[in-house]
Amino acid sequence: MLKIEHIFKTFNTGTVNEKRALTDLCLTLEDGDFATIIGSNGAGKSTLFNAIAGSFYTDSGFIELDGQDITFEQEHVRSRYIGRLFQDPLMGTAPHMTIEENLSVAYLRANEHKRGLFSHVSKAEREKFRQQLSLLDMGLEDRMDHPVGLLSGGQRQALTLLMATMVTPKILLLDEHTAALDPSTAAKVLELTKKIVAENHITCLMVTHNMNQALELGNRTLMMNSGNIVFDVKGEERSHMTIQDLLDKFEERAGKGLNNDRILLSTKEGV
Amino acid sequence: MTGFLTAGIVRTALEVGLIYSLVALSLFISYSILNICDLSTDGCYTLGCAVGAIITIAGHPFLAIPAAMLAGICSGYVTALLQTKFGVESILAGIIVNTGLYTVNLAVMGFSSNVSIFGTDTIFSLFKGLSDSSFWKDWSALILLAVIVVLVCALIKWFLGTTLGLSIRATGDSPAMVRASSINPIFTITVGLCFSNSLTGLAGCLIGQYNKTCDINLGTGMVTIALASLVIGETLCGRGKMIVRILGMVIGSCLYRFIISIALRLNVPTEAFKLVSAVIVAIAIAAPRAKQLIAFKHKQLTAMQERKAMRGGRADA
Repeated sequence: MLKIEHIFKTFNTGTVNEKRALTDLCLTLEDGDFATIIGSNGAGKSTLFNAIAGSFYTDSGFIELDGQDITFEQEHVRSRYIGRLFQDPLMGTAPHMTIEENLSVAYLRANEHKRGLFSHVSKAEREKFRQQLSLLDMGLEDRMDHPVGLLSGGQRQALTLLMATMVTPKILLLDEHTAALDPSTAAKVLELTKKIVAENHITCLMVTHNMNQALELGNRTLMMNSGNIVFDVKGEERSHMTIQDLLDKFEERAGKGLNNDRILLSTKEGV
Repeated sequence: MTGFLTAGIVRTALEVGLIYSLVALSLFISYSILNICDLSTDGCYTLGCAVGAIITIAGHPFLAIPAAMLAGICSGYVTALLQTKFGVESILAGIIVNTGLYTVNLAVMGFSSNVSIFGTDTIFSLFKGLSDSSFWKDWSALILLAVIVVLVCALIKWFLGTTLGLSIRATGDSPAMVRASSINPIFTITVGLCFSNSLTGLAGCLIGQYNKTCDINLGTGMVTIALASLVIGETLCGRGKMIVRILGMVIGSCLYRFIISIALRLNVPTEAFKLVSAVIVAIAIAAPRAKQLIAFKHKQLTAMQERKAMRGGRADA
C-alpha cells in the first residue's frame, strides 16, 4: 500500500524560474490497485514519480510504502522494492552489456544480501532468466549473450519491464512507457504489462496520454493539474465514464481545458 | 629487421610496453568501463613508483608491490570521494588529486626529487638470479612482466564478471538503470576508481624497480600515453568481447612502445619526443574516423561515376 501525505516540491526556489511542481499532494493506493494518471503538460506527473522513486527528497510531507516511511530513504535503497519504467526505452537498460548481464544486475534487487559481491551468474539463475525471457515471446531467450544495444526499442522496453518486475516490486511506476514505441509494439508491450501486473498482483501507477487507456486499463483513474490530483475515479462511476466525461470533468475541476497536445491529438484521432 | 630493430630493442619495447599496459588497463576501467575521466593517473603512477622505491630500498622488493597498490587505492579513494560525496566534476577531481600528489610524492621520497635504488635487490634482479643461463639473463624480466600482466588481465576479466563488476559496468553504461536496480552508484564508482588506481600504482612500482630509479617527474604525460594505448587497443580490437578488449589494451600499449622505439631508432631528438607522442596519439584517435571518411568518399565517388555513366548512356540513346 502506498500512502502519500501532503507532499510539496518546488524547484528553483526563490528565483524567477520557481516552479511549484507538487503542491499538497495526497494519494493512497491500495494493494493491487492499478491506477492510470492523465494530466496537462507540466502537471507534475513525472515529478510525482520522481518523488516516489526518490530521485529527490520532497520539501515536506511524507511517503509511506507498506507501512514503512520512505520519505528520506535514498533512491538506490528504495529501488529494491520499486520498479520503474521510463518513456525512453533506452534508459532502463545498459546497451553495452548483454541481456544476461542486464538481467543479472536487475536481479540484484532480490538477493543482494544473499549473493556475495564476488559471485558470478549461476547456472540456475541463467535458466531462470531464459525461462522469464521466453515469456516475452520475442525470441530473446536465444540471444542472451547479445549486447542490449542491438535490440529494438520495443524489445528493450519489454526487457526493462521484465527487469523491473522479475523481483515483484511493491509498486511499479510506468511513465508513458509505450509512448515512444510504434503502435503495434506499444500494444504488445502494453499486453505484457497487463499480464505481468495481473499475474503478480502488482500495485501499479501508470502515466498515459491515451484517454482510452486511461479509462480501460486498471481499476482507477487519476487526473493531475498544477501539482495536484484534481480528480480520482474508480469502481462503478469509472466504468460508465466516456472520454468526453473525463475531459468535462477535467475542465470543471481544473478550471481550464486539458492542454496536453498529445492527449488532444490522440483523442481527435479516436485512438 | 635485425639491423634496424635488434632483439634488445624489441625486448625493451615489450618490457616497458607491458608495464605501461597496466596503466592502460587502469584507464580502461575508469575511462571505458566507468565512463569517468580520471586525470590523477600521472600523480598516482609516480606515487606507486615512490612508495615502491622507498620500500625496495628498505629491503622488501616484494612488499613494495602491495604497498604501491595500496597507495594507488588511497589515491583513487580520494578522487572518488571528491566526485561522489562533494560533487566535484570528475575531471577536476582528478586534477586536484594530481596536484596534491606532487607534494605527497616528494614527501614519500624524503623531499628529494630523485631516489635511486641501485645496489638493492629488486624483484627483477631476484628473478634473474634464479638461473645462470644466458637466455634467462636476457629474458627473465620480460617473462616476469608477462606473468604479472597475464595475472592482472585474468583478475580484471574475473572481476568484471562478478556481481560487483557487473554493477560497476552498469554504472558506466546506464546511470538511470543502475539507480533503478538498487545499486549505489557512489559505492560502485569508489570501488572502480580504487581498483583502477591500484593498477596504476602497481605499474609505477614495477617501472621504479625496472629502471632502479624514481623521479618526481616520472609520471608526467603518463595519462596521454595510456590513453594512446587505450585508443590503439580499441581501434584494433573493437568493443566486443571483454577478454578481447582487455588484451587489446596490452597489445595497444606494446604497439605504442614499438612506435616510440622506431622513432628512437630514426634518431628523433629527445626534445621532440613529447611532440612525437602527441602526434601518435592524435593519429591513433583520428584513424577510425579517417577510415570512415575515406570509405565514404570512395562510395560517393563511385556513385557519382555511376550516375555520370547512366546519364551519358541516356544522352546517347
